[in-house]
Parts: sequence; C-alpha cells; structure tokens
Amino acid sequence: MNKAVILVGGPSRATRFRPLSMHLPQPLFPVGGQPIIWHQIKALSKVKDLKEIILIGFFEDYIFQPFLSKCYEEFSGISFKYLREYSQLGTAGGFFHFRDQILRGSPKNIFMLYTDICCSFPLNDLLAQHERHGRLGTIMVTKVDRSSAHLYGCVVVDHETKLAEHYVEKPETYVSDLVSTGVFVFDQEIFNFMAKALEKRAAEFEHEHAQENAYGRYEDLDNTQDVNRLRLEQDILRAMAGDKKLSAYMCTGFWRQIKSAASAVPANALYLQKAATDGSVALATASSDGPEISGSVYIHPSAQIHPTARIGPNVSIHARVVVGPGVRINDSIILDNVHIKDNAAILHAIVGWDGRIGKWGRVEGSKVTNSDDIDEVTHAGVKVNSICILGEDVHVKDEVFIRNSIVLPHKELGGNKHNEVIM
Amino acid sequence: MKALILVGGFGTRLRPLTLSVPKPLVDFANKPIILHQIEALVKAGVTDIVLAVNYKPEVMVAVLKKYEEKFGITITFSVEEEPLGTAGPLALARSILGKDDSPFFVLNADVTCDYPFESMRDFHLAHGNEGTILATKVEEPSKYGVIVMRPGSTQIDRFVEKPVEFVGNRINAGIYIFSPSILDRIEPRPTSIEKEIFPRMATDRQLHTFDLEGFWMDIGQPKDFLTGTCLYLSSLAKRCPEQLASSSDEFVCGGNVLVHPTAKIGQGCKIGPNVTIGPGVVVGNGVCLQRCVLMEDAHIKDYAWVKNSIVGWHSSVGRWSRLDGVTVLGDDVHVLDEVYVNGASVLPHKSISSNVCEPGIVM
Repeated sequence: MNKAVILVGGPSRATRFRPLSMHLPQPLFPVGGQPIIWHQIKALSKVKDLKEIILIGFFEDYIFQPFLSKCYEEFSGISFKYLREYSQLGTAGGFFHFRDQILRGSPKNIFMLYTDICCSFPLNDLLAQHERHGRLGTIMVTKVDRSSAHLYGCVVVDHETKLAEHYVEKPETYVSDLVSTGVFVFDQEIFNFMAKALEKRAAEFEHEHAQENAYGRYEDLDNTQDVNRLRLEQDILRAMAGDKKLSAYMCTGFWRQIKSAASAVPANALYLQKAATDGSVALATASSDGPEISGSVYIHPSAQIHPTARIGPNVSIHARVVVGPGVRINDSIILDNVHIKDNAAILHAIVGWDGRIGKWGRVEGSKVTNSDDIDEVTHAGVKVNSICILGEDVHVKDEVFIRNSIVLPHKELGGNKHNEVIM
Repeated sequence: MKALILVGGFGTRLRPLTLSVPKPLVDFANKPIILHQIEALVKAGVTDIVLAVNYKPEVMVAVLKKYEEKFGITITFSVEEEPLGTAGPLALARSILGKDDSPFFVLNADVTCDYPFESMRDFHLAHGNEGTILATKVEEPSKYGVIVMRPGSTQIDRFVEKPVEFVGNRINAGIYIFSPSILDRIEPRPTSIEKEIFPRMATDRQLHTFDLEGFWMDIGQPKDFLTGTCLYLSSLAKRCPEQLASSSDEFVCGGNVLVHPTAKIGQGCKIGPNVTIGPGVVVGNGVCLQRCVLMEDAHIKDYAWVKNSIVGWHSSVGRWSRLDGVTVLGDDVHVLDEVYVNGASVLPHKSISSNVCEPGIVM
C-alpha cells in the first residue's frame, strides 16, 4: 500500500499570495473550480493502492477540517489527516517528525507533494518508473526555459538510467534546464536516510559552529542553519543525488508554480483546459437560452448568468455569483457572491469574495505570457503589469476602470486606477 | 455685405481628422464647421464670402459650390502663394472687400460661438469708426492678449499681451467687422493684424470692442473641439432644445445629446451628457457614451464605453471596448472587441487589436 504527504505550509509562508490569502489559506484557494489542493488529492486518488493522504503544515488545526470532511465523502477508500507542525522544522523536518504516523501500516511508497504548484500530475507513471528503477526516491522534473532555470532546484539527469546525478537549489549559473516540480515519491527507507543526514548535519554543524565562533561571526548565521531543521532540497535531495539513490521522472504534461496571487489565473486556465479533456471538473456548456460560452468555463450551479453575457475562455465563476446583462468575462476567477452589473468587463482578473462591479465597470489585467513574470507583483515598490486582483468585498462603482492593480479587501473604488497597489 | 474667412493651411492641429477631410468641412455638431459660419453670415445679410486659403482642395471647391447655390451667394477662394499672416489676406482680397462702402466681416475659421453678426454690424455702423473687435471674457486673462478700453467707452485704448497685473478680462475673439478704409493700412505681405494693424488703429481711435454673449471656443485641436462641442450643445439646449434628443428618450442621460435622424441606437444605452451622433451611425445595445463625437457612419458595437473621444467617419469600436482620454479615431479605424484605448490619435485605415494605455499616435 502507498501513502501521500502534502506539504501545505502555513499562514506566514503565503505572503506572496496576498491579498487572496488574507481570506483563506492558499491551498484552499480555488483554481479550475476547485481548491488548489483538491487537484492534488484528485490525482492521488487515482494512484493504485493509495490508502492515506496526510497534510502537514503549520495552520491552525480547524482550518482544513471542513475541506477534509468533504474529501472523505468524495474519495471513499482513502483516509485523510492533518498534522500540525508546532515549530517550523524545515521542508523535510515535518515529514521526518511525523514518521511514525506516516509509517503506520507500513506503506511501500510515500508520495510527497508541495501544495503551491499546478500540474497534470502523471502520478501512476511516476510510480511505475520509480518502482522499475528501485532507487530510494524519484523526483519529478520538468523542462523550463534555460534563462529561468536559476529560479528553481536544478537536476542533472542521465537520460538512459534516469539517475539524478546532481541536485542544486537555485544555482547562480546554469546547471540544467530540468527542474524540480515539487513532486516526489520515496521508498519507506527514506526515513533512515533522513536520520543519517540529520546526524551528519549535526556533526558538521558542531564543527562549523566552532569555526564560526573562532572568527566571531556566529551571530550572523541565520536561523536556516538551525541544527534541528531539515531542508529537503539542500540536506536530502542533494545527498541522495550524491549517493546515486535518486531517480528523475520527466513530467511531460503541464506544470507551473502558484506563488503569487496573479499566478492563480494561468493555473486556473491550465486546470480548466485539463477538465475539458478528462472531465475532472464539470464545465459549462453553451445552450440556446444561456450565455455565450467560449473555451473552458466553470460555472457553479448556484451562479446566475444573464443570457446576453459572454463568458470565456478560462473563466471560473463560483457560488452565488450574479452576472448581469451584456457582461464580458475572460481569463478570470470570480469568487463567491460577486455581483457584476450590466455591460461590465472582467478581463485577466480575480474578483474577490462579495465583490461588486458597477455598470460599464472594467477590471482588466495584462495577459500573462511569460511564466516567470508574475511571481512578483511589484518591482522596486511599483506595481508591474500583470493580473488585476480585487481582494474580498471590493466595490467598483459604475463605469470605473481598474487596470493592472491590486486592491486590498474592503475598499470602495469611485475613480479609475492604473498600475497601483491600493491599500 | 462681405466677409473674409481665414481658413489657412492643412489644419494639422486637428489631425488625424484633417488627414481625410479639409478642416472647414469637418463636422461640428453634425454640420461642417464652415457651414455654421456661412449660415450666420447669410442671416446678417452677407452675399460675398472670401475664403483665405493656403491650398484649395477639390472637395472643398465642390462643397462650397453647393453652398453658393443653396444660399444665393458668391464664394471666392483667395489662395495665398506664401502665408500672409492674419492681415495679408485682407489686402489680397481687396478687390472684393473694397468693392463698395459697406463694412465686411473677418473671422478665424477655428472659432465657434453664437455668432452675433447682426448686432455687431449695427454696433459698428453706429459708432462710425474703422473697426470693431468681438471680445470675449475669460477667467485667466494672463494667458492672452487683453483689450484695454478708454474709461467709459467701447473705444480700445491699447492691448496688453499676457498681463502680469490684472488690466481687464476681455480678449480678442478672432472675429471683426471693418470699414473698407482699413484696407489702406494693409500691404499684401505677411502681416499680423493683431500685432501690427490693431495697435495703430487703437492709437488713431478707430477701434472699438463689442462684447460677445455666451460661449466662445477655438476648436482647432481635438481637446478643444470636444470642449467646443459641449459649449455649443449647451447653447443649443437653451436656444433650440427641439433639435436635441428629448430627455424623455430612454437612453438620454444628462441631456445635450444631438442625434442625427438617420442614426440607429440600440437597447439599454446610456448616452450623454454632451454627445453628437452623426448620420448613419449605428450604436449597439448597452453602450455608454459621454462627451464624445461620432462622425458619419461610425459604428459603436454592443456594451462599449466611449468618453472624451472623437470617432471618425466609418470607424468602429468593438464590443466591450473602452475609449477615453481624448482618443481620436481617424477615418475608417477599427478598434477590435474588448480593447482599451486611452488618448490615442489613430491615423486613418488602422485596426487596433490590443490595448493602447498611454496617450500617443498610432501611425
């Protein structure tokens, strides 16, 4: 039997996802009509013999309970659990800390997924290759543009043996254009490897500590050097690659990070397009008496869309949303209970919960072309051209135009805004 | 009576509109600029009109031929070989302007107002001196040349260019009436009537000022063309409200909406204030128009939003598109669906498929 662990992080980690993470934790933010984490669970549910999915993070315990209750109903045969890290133990620290619970029932293989990614998740193929090569772990990699490789964990792969020969986290120079996707599968023996890594690290740390003390620089060390923290990338993957115990599986489907709030829009598009081919989410279809639908569109059953509206492509419209006559929406996420009045246009944008858009209002972001250009929404304190995001309960008055801006929750906008962050 | 209209050159300030149509023929409130002037002159008894031009486009000759017939007047083109300033053209047209003793009007083609030609004529004949300048009052006289009158008189004492200290707020409105004797003061060479002729006439106590009631605007460039349109429509609302769309029309919002009878307007629109809609224009459903000018055969598609803009002849604005910031679409320009255009001047026969966010020229 197999298990999976999803690393969901915590409230302090999702600052780049503001202002959307001010309302709910990033893993529960919906893209493609479902929470980010749901897509991972859905993919895991199709893995053969997978019995348990464990979320590890440092959110309050109650945060994930309603969501996990729904998962119990939807994915029968799988049990769900949330385990809270009380101190930040590093990316692999929580995983190691909860090893007894993970190992309960003696799973053969253990998946580990970061939550801030969207992907086609070819997990059965990943598992098949992992078992075929029989190494301690397999890292799923994807090919990125050579110029942006330095933003990721880079993996040098032998294409014949699938051996990950070298792993380096965010190198300054070019090492490889195959990068870590944040999806892994490990043999249960991984915990022994981690234990040894921790011992080795403790010994090195003693040594370094003594050396640093001698030079009087100890105070300068940042807390990532904490001996009790275990970092997956630097401490484990690098060592596994060095010991020839890591395989690499090449993901041929789509993959991208969901770091900034703006990246939710392309992630939404990717999942909707996936749903159009595999039916993982029920998409809206055009009808003679309904609105004009183009491309992949998700509309919650409780949303009301006027027949003269034109929606799509790549639009998610959530619960209790009301869309008036002559409204145009493309490449956007419209969250619960948003009301959009007549003739308004929402283009490349996210409209937060309970938002109101007046007649002939226009909320427009820039079309995202490069996958890297939206990981930061400001540069040197200035809003860069990207998705337009309205936080929770933002009211845009009639005819007002909000372009390339980010608006924090509970604002009323009576005048046009261009390229601004509005507090 | 006679009149000279100073038309001048290519109207470059009003491009891109004047790339397709000579400036005097550009529609202002659904009527060529020059026709407003001709109609008012004819009403004041003018039968001879001279157009001082630097070039003579065929299309203008043809249109003015029609006006000659329609009003039973004579229209002559006086073509300058070299630019003669604002006074030179008077000397060039001496044979017409000086053919009898009756006074003649001189007007700048770019100026719009409620032309008070009849009362100006009466006033001029009553004081008996050589010239009368129409004066308009402005809020910031420091930007203009200000007229200073003799105490208790309409007679002009002097002109003060861009006064630092307040000396009055009457400025030259660019419309005059002169007795033919003024022609003896002017040579057919480049001369400024404002800077060279008027000061001498003031010294000779031959120049009076006549106050213009109501609005005044130089509409020689797009921004002012829009402002002039608003002022004109407001004036029309007072003088002849029946020419404007009734406020009981469902689409009218805020009044001052002039719609040509051949234009078609869709459902659920919000139009006004200050909108002119030309002949053959089609406005779709759910369109919002404010402070804008739609020239003949323009097409505004469903749910578009247009403000502070001029949409040229045969141009179209796509669904959910948005024009703002003194955007001027030349002849046959097509803004595709969902596109935002801010402050662009778009040359004729262009198609715009992506946003133009910053003001500029689209070649």
